[in-house]
Amino acid sequence: MATPDLGGLTCKEVVELVTDYVEGVLPAEMRKRFDQHLSVCDPCAIYLDQMRQTVATLGKLPEDSISQPALDTLLHHFRGWSRERP
Amino acid sequence: MSSVGDSEAELVAALKRRDEMAFVTLLQRYQGQLMRLALVYCRTRELAEEVVQDTWLGVLQGIERFEGRASFKTWLFQILVNRARTRAVREGRTLSFSSLAGEAEMESEPAVPADRFRTLDDPWPHNWAVPPHSWGDSPETTLLTAETMDLVQRAIAQLPGPQQQVITLRDVEGWPSEDVCNVLEISETNQRVLLHRARSRVRAALEAHFEERN
Repeated sequence: MATPDLGGLTCKEVVELVTDYVEGVLPAEMRKRFDQHLSVCDPCAIYLDQMRQTVATLGKLPEDSISQPALDTLLHHFRGWSRERP
Repeated sequence: MSSVGDSEAELVAALKRRDEMAFVTLLQRYQGQLMRLALVYCRTRELAEEVVQDTWLGVLQGIERFEGRASFKTWLFQILVNRARTRAVREGRTLSFSSLAGEAEMESEPAVPADRFRTLDDPWPHNWAVPPHSWGDSPETTLLTAETMDLVQRAIAQLPGPQQQVITLRDVEGWPSEDVCNVLEISETNQRVLLHRARSRVRAALEAHFEERN
């Protein structure tokens, strides 16, 4: 069996480069090697996919908010502030 | 009450005129995001709400002098971060220590535990020994359940402070890295390293969750 070309990168190196890859800051030469590695290494392709899914999931977390009493307090402060107009 | 456009510049100009509608619009637009970041710094919701309130009071105090060199959003979140840090120090939470711990540990911690890779004497050194498995073809249905959301939230809460701050702004709020660097006053490189560590840990938490279920 021919030895697959892993782009001169080990999988252990790939998982540390994955954020730079997704962020688009890998130098062109390294990016080429990374793409080469992924084209022959299914587990690393799965890993990259999982990182992307992780980011997508983080973006779907429900909104938080402050309570109505806290909002009311702020509005009260605003009205005080706007009355002391210089 | 005057009618106010929706653009940030118009809202800021109206707020300088002490227009209540502009204040309410800005408050509604940002209070949720501010609360989420405040919760990263504070142990309780009560404290986080106080920090958010403090932040808006800071806005009212400073808006006259706000010249729009930075965006309003960046300025607003800088106020929040400053107030949250001051409060943490006052309450004896040694935030500087925990940030240092975060940085130190960041240097050595791998994205994936070393024992999941083959050893150096293997014919395929440092390639996968225990590879990751696909999370399925329609991950959105499994990833977006309340159970998974809860798990992700707990995973974030367990990260060191600086990692929590970065992942909250970048991935939860979807900010560009430049804005995150400006608000947290960190370099692009530092931001990226913190983001990498944080994302790697959240991914690992999701993986553990899915492996356990299957």
